[in-house]
Amino acid sequence: MKQSVTWKIAGEAGFGIMSAGVMFARAFTRAGYHIFAINDYPSLIRGGHNVVTLRIATSAFTSMTQEISLLVGLNAETIEKHKEEVQEGTVVVYDPKDKEWTDIDFHTKVELVPLPLREIVSTLGADTIMRNTIALGASIALFGASFEIFSGVLRDQFIRKGQEVVDENIKIAKKGYDYIVKNYSNLTALYLDKGTYTEKLAVVNGSEALGLGAVKAGLKFAAIYPMTPINALISFLADHAKELELVYKQPEDEIAGINMAIGASLAGARSMVATSGGGFALMVEGLSLAGMIEVPIVIDLGMRVGPATGMPTYTEQGELLFAIYSGHGEFPRIVLAPADAKETFDLTILAFNLADKYQIPVFVLTDKYLNESQWCIPVSQLQSTVLIDRGKLIMGDTGKLEHEFKRYALETEDGVSVRSVPGTKNGQFYANSYEHDGLGHMTENARLRKDMVEKRLKKSNAIEKDMLPPLQFGDKDADITFVTWGSTRGVVLSAMDIMRDKGIKVETIYLPWLFPFPKDSFQTLVANKKRVIDIEMNATGQLAQLIRLSIGIEIKEKLLKYDGRPFFPEEIVELCLH
Amino acid sequence: MSTLTAASYNTGFLPTWCPGCGDFGIWKSLQGALAKLEIGPNDGLIIYGVGCHGNMYDWMNMYGFAGLHGRTLPVAQGVKLANHVLPVIIVSGDGDCLGEGGNHFLHAAKRNTDVTVMMHDNQVYGLTTGQASPTAKKGFKTKSTPEGATDEPISALALAITAGATFAARAFAGDLVGLTEIMAEAIAHKGFSIVDILQPCVTFDKVHTYQWYRQRLYKIETETGYDPTNRMKAIEKSFEWGDKIPFGIFYAEDRPTSEDREGALQTSTLVSKKLEVEHWDKLIAEFI
Repeated sequence: MKQSVTWKIAGEAGFGIMSAGVMFARAFTRAGYHIFAINDYPSLIRGGHNVVTLRIATSAFTSMTQEISLLVGLNAETIEKHKEEVQEGTVVVYDPKDKEWTDIDFHTKVELVPLPLREIVSTLGADTIMRNTIALGASIALFGASFEIFSGVLRDQFIRKGQEVVDENIKIAKKGYDYIVKNYSNLTALYLDKGTYTEKLAVVNGSEALGLGAVKAGLKFAAIYPMTPINALISFLADHAKELELVYKQPEDEIAGINMAIGASLAGARSMVATSGGGFALMVEGLSLAGMIEVPIVIDLGMRVGPATGMPTYTEQGELLFAIYSGHGEFPRIVLAPADAKETFDLTILAFNLADKYQIPVFVLTDKYLNESQWCIPVSQLQSTVLIDRGKLIMGDTGKLEHEFKRYALETEDGVSVRSVPGTKNGQFYANSYEHDGLGHMTENARLRKDMVEKRLKKSNAIEKDMLPPLQFGDKDADITFVTWGSTRGVVLSAMDIMRDKGIKVETIYLPWLFPFPKDSFQTLVANKKRVIDIEMNATGQLAQLIRLSIGIEIKEKLLKYDGRPFFPEEIVELCLH
Repeated sequence: MSTLTAASYNTGFLPTWCPGCGDFGIWKSLQGALAKLEIGPNDGLIIYGVGCHGNMYDWMNMYGFAGLHGRTLPVAQGVKLANHVLPVIIVSGDGDCLGEGGNHFLHAAKRNTDVTVMMHDNQVYGLTTGQASPTAKKGFKTKSTPEGATDEPISALALAITAGATFAARAFAGDLVGLTEIMAEAIAHKGFSIVDILQPCVTFDKVHTYQWYRQRLYKIETETGYDPTNRMKAIEKSFEWGDKIPFGIFYAEDRPTSEDREGALQTSTLVSKKLEVEHWDKLIAEFI
């Protein structure tokens, strides 16, 4: 029995492969398995080659591997494109009507399973798009799972379209399942052992995890211009706006987006924007405004391959330094970067509290791999009570404010002054993009300018007490110390497992909080290490640059990848031990 | 009975505009309109663009937002969606509104956001010492168009009406009584309203003087049979410029606003809602 299998399904864009992947993943999480799914697709709606890779395991894991247990091709192109990736024993499912494959087409011994997809749909009089449903049914059987785990998912997916649609889908999926049971009952190599999870698991992509965190934290307003890879966040917010009593607004551009969010935040609503690098480039002017008028705002910067339009549907960690140094003038900010969906949920909640507490912009730095992959999270980890801390905010007629309210009072320990919102009695002030005095009136006075700069920057020191320190995983007396950030963590941890199995002592230092840089805690962790390797998905080692700038330590050895595809753990192991 | 007068909105600051600037009339008229509508200094928000007009906040006693050049309208929409009962007024210029902020202007009108734009229209960028603005008429000589402007001028009113504004009017900075009245009507209008305020720049424009405007302006409602609900006619009138220049209410229409159309705003303002999610388990169940 297998403890882990990897399923790869591919075909032409527009054939429902992405949603098929989510349904398939959900079938297995409901049966107690851990899942993780990534997608690979070009920036096209029709005609491109779409791939979903799903790993299913009996217990928790942190990344994909290079293994392919089952390759399902909905067209001949799929097998052609991926036949080099198969290993000995990979089961290859294809429609013989697309092409008749034989053993000699592959570099190793595979199990060929011709599945007459077109013939089945035509016998049933169904649409050719239903081929993927047959393939899913067949895949369930090849993994030795019961058909019922899948039919339940189909029911929930299609019940809104009526019982007839549900029945139709179940009937078609069953054809695929039965075909395998009837013709390949002796092919048991991929049968999965029992899933070990007893509690419920949620399947979410990173954008949805971010949306869940945001609404849990009291998000009331979001202005987000469509852009890969954050579009699932738009769908989540737009679909739930009414029931969650929030407003999602599609702005005319990202400049409008951030200024709308600043306006809503100024008025007292917890607000956010989300975008990718190109959109964030347009927001930079507004970021500086938020810094100047001390308005809280949360920014999800979902990185993808740049510069410019780059490769829009591929992943990269190329905007760490951009997030940290963007904006004209000097003002404080916080940059957080989660590694997986669960941490995205947690750090997004934290981001809203920090933004309110310090009245500053807070970044949740994500990437295409994190935003668009499907992750599973035990439901109990999404249930904790969240403390919403709005900081020094006064709304409504509390009687606490006196005439001549100094919104930007200099007399503070931490640089954070009491904030009112328009409409509050006696709370009147000017939110002023120009340098200003305590009331918000414009000033060019040298002394006052200096005091105001210092007031704002004082927040950076105050923030230190809230900093999340870097996390250490693995052997403290390691021969190899990996340093990494963001979604690369999962792959590095998997690589570490492989290396520890080989008897190598290895550890990972991971930074969820990147700016202001956690100097002391990082320095302590990284001191006196034998071999330190910086791993990131960019070409210039941006974390290594930040470390050098912050504490003067240069990490000379770097593993950098910038071809748009996430690392595989095997790749990291190979590159370290070459 | 309200005790508000124009003087209620004065601060200790004195205007820094050039003596004779049209901005004085706009400032005083806005104070008068706010007093007339009984919107006190704590009751609303004025959002200012960047340009000579934008310096008004320092001598305007009211919640103020002096933001970035061209970005008044996105800020205004964010504020309005967060707190749709708060009166929001935009003090902007022709450069701010139609140059740097042109796209925002189109979309705010399209959405029919319930805000009012007081657009200072003087054909020049005064604060940067006199370059042509998007409304500069053909042949108008400025620092950036020494041979005279050659592009077609933008008609703010035609643009606003075409994009979906539900109230479009023109007024003159030299006519305080008329301007105050139109400003009050525009603020009271529910939906996107714009007042195109013709304003002489006494320093950088020696052509379009108070005298020049007074010789040409006529009240649009004096034209026989003028109907401000006729959209096509209003657009046509927006392009009338020369020996005769119309002012008054060009167009007015009742249509649901951007805020009216938001499901979440049907019961209360966003800022008054509680932040905890009521049916969290139901939400999570969608992902299981």
